[in-house]
Amino acid sequence: MPMKVGNESFNNRVGEGIQNTFMRSAVSGAQDRLETNRQLATEELGNWEEWRSLGEEIRQHVLANLDYYLTQLSEQVAARGGHVFFAATAEEAQVYIADVANKKQAKKIVKSKSMVTEEIDLNHYLEEHVGCRVIETDLGEYILQLDNDLPSHIVAPALHRKKEQVQESFQHHHQYEGTERPEELTKHARKMLRDDYLTADIGITGCNFAVAETGSVCIVTNEGNADLSTALPKTQITVMGMERLVPTFEELEVLVNMLTRSAVGQKLPSYVTVLSGPRQEGDVDGPEEFHLVIVDNGRSEILGSEFQAILQCIRCGACANICPVYRHVGGHSYGSIYSGPVGAVLSPLLGGYDEYKELPFASTLCGACTDVCPVKIPLHELLHKHRQTIVEKEGRAPVSERFLMSIFGIGSSSSGMYKFGSKVASSVLKPLTKNDQLSKGIGPLKNWTDIREFPAPKKERFRDWFENRQKGDD
Amino acid sequence: MVGTIQNRETFIRQLSSRLQRSSIPTHVERPQWRYTPQHKTLQNLSQDELLGVLQKQCTRINTNCVVTSTADLATTLEKIIVDYNGGPIMTWQDERFDTYGLTALFSDTLPKKQIELHTWDPTIGKDNITLVEKANIGITISDITLAESGTAVLFSNPNHGRTVSFLPTKSIILMPKSSIVPRMTQAAVQIRERLQKGETLASCVNFISGPSNSADIEMILVVGVHGPMYMTYIIIDDL
Repeated sequence: MPMKVGNESFNNRVGEGIQNTFMRSAVSGAQDRLETNRQLATEELGNWEEWRSLGEEIRQHVLANLDYYLTQLSEQVAARGGHVFFAATAEEAQVYIADVANKKQAKKIVKSKSMVTEEIDLNHYLEEHVGCRVIETDLGEYILQLDNDLPSHIVAPALHRKKEQVQESFQHHHQYEGTERPEELTKHARKMLRDDYLTADIGITGCNFAVAETGSVCIVTNEGNADLSTALPKTQITVMGMERLVPTFEELEVLVNMLTRSAVGQKLPSYVTVLSGPRQEGDVDGPEEFHLVIVDNGRSEILGSEFQAILQCIRCGACANICPVYRHVGGHSYGSIYSGPVGAVLSPLLGGYDEYKELPFASTLCGACTDVCPVKIPLHELLHKHRQTIVEKEGRAPVSERFLMSIFGIGSSSSGMYKFGSKVASSVLKPLTKNDQLSKGIGPLKNWTDIREFPAPKKERFRDWFENRQKGDD
Repeated sequence: MVGTIQNRETFIRQLSSRLQRSSIPTHVERPQWRYTPQHKTLQNLSQDELLGVLQKQCTRINTNCVVTSTADLATTLEKIIVDYNGGPIMTWQDERFDTYGLTALFSDTLPKKQIELHTWDPTIGKDNITLVEKANIGITISDITLAESGTAVLFSNPNHGRTVSFLPTKSIILMPKSSIVPRMTQAAVQIRERLQKGETLASCVNFISGPSNSADIEMILVVGVHGPMYMTYIIIDDL
């Protein structure tokens, strides 16, 4: 599976995540900061619920008319001299992009961070079939790429890396002689990448939102890497998930604002760049040739299904930043480039239940994700739907009830999921407990705890307690 | 030149079928959205109040913000250039620099001080990139300025190279006070109005809010990554 990351089993990944203390403190620190910033940025508006309703309505309108808006988008891109390729599968997208790169005899490609190109495993394909270097230009991705490491967060991919590790990596690959200070490390990356932008043959980007009315693609960054990746190379290839578009600039504005507030608490990031086709006649910079690759890769199967709402997602990561399970197991545990609650819903849909059947169970169904989602995706309900499908239709996850029970400290028999659940339950719910009682429920649990207190999961697992008790009897 | 579209028919047909219809609708009207909070944000503020919002936001995005009269603009700009250690400087080619009274500064004062200044010139093609890449300072003009987010909106064209705001180490953006609007909402409306009047959309529209930055290493904020490391907005009181 292209979107799959790592080869470890789910339980091993979770075990590694929980044991990695640096990762855990980095994740919880990042979660706290990003979530606090998100709260401030949304509260500041004073009417965030209205914004969420608007965001939801725009996304639902686009999905209900996706055939119309994608047709309009492609007409407009072509009218401006751009080329549009509709790719039904990851393979079709890979082959088309490799073909363009081969025609351009590309030796070097600069790429700005994009989830969909990870999903279609583009870098490896290009390295293998075109023989060119593909350089990730987002600082976090750049660091990970040097050591073939994997992203662990949608907006902060190198969250699990220490600055000393980054320093070592630069020393090893670039004979870097500076300190571990982030300023100095960043300056080094700036210098290295500046040369790459100027000499690259092709720039590849993702697309936060396309604008149907004008045939534009919008890319947001704080680093400015997407701008340099598209302003300097002669050819630009933008890859977008087919659902990532809006009707006009007016809806673009709303969603970009909601994206950056929800992702990092910014009113706008340093760069919101709207690119329309190749450079216009007389322009000196910007690409001479522009290709837009629109990827389905399993999305159309979600359209019109009971999971359609997940296509509303604008990839802000707010759901991961509040998720108690993500906090304790980290991004790598999901085994997919899409982590957190959105990943637990989306990965099984795009990658199949064979690979990702455990993910919908790696959730407390607390509903915090649903509460923060800027476009009102009912994430915990979709997770529950997955569980129903897996148990009722697929008949292959006899762990759901036990897992749920174990989360609430009730449960008996042994299973991998039981161990997982009981391993994390106590720490997951810790922030909400007082005197061993769950008194501050969130999401659906809130209605319950508002009336009565819920017994908090014991730190001592039932099995440990049972074993100790047996020892005592002896 | 019109571009190509490949594989569209089967792709779109699959979507229509998932949406349970036999063909694509010929026209889709955008609905009247039930909520429009974007128009309520910062509404009914005077131009001075919007300027206040912009100035406050600049303190949050590591951006130096200076307000000056048209008469004092040349002096103010010269001071900032000197503070930024002078040239080489790259500017857009734009008549507004003359309108703002900067002709003497650009063609006389700065050269006399041995401060190298180049103007973007489409006739020299790629040499512009060589010049702008070496530039210490890039100077551009904001067409629409967003108070809420502290944002300059730059439109590319043959005389407005996109790289003038990306490649130099420092960036100075001139912002007429009259260009300040509450937020991105008004910019989106303005852009659509211009298109409806028959204007062609710039190949690159850039909403820039402060210098480039990253927190990718241990979530510690570093200002200055791929784009400019320092940024100054000069608000020209043109009202």
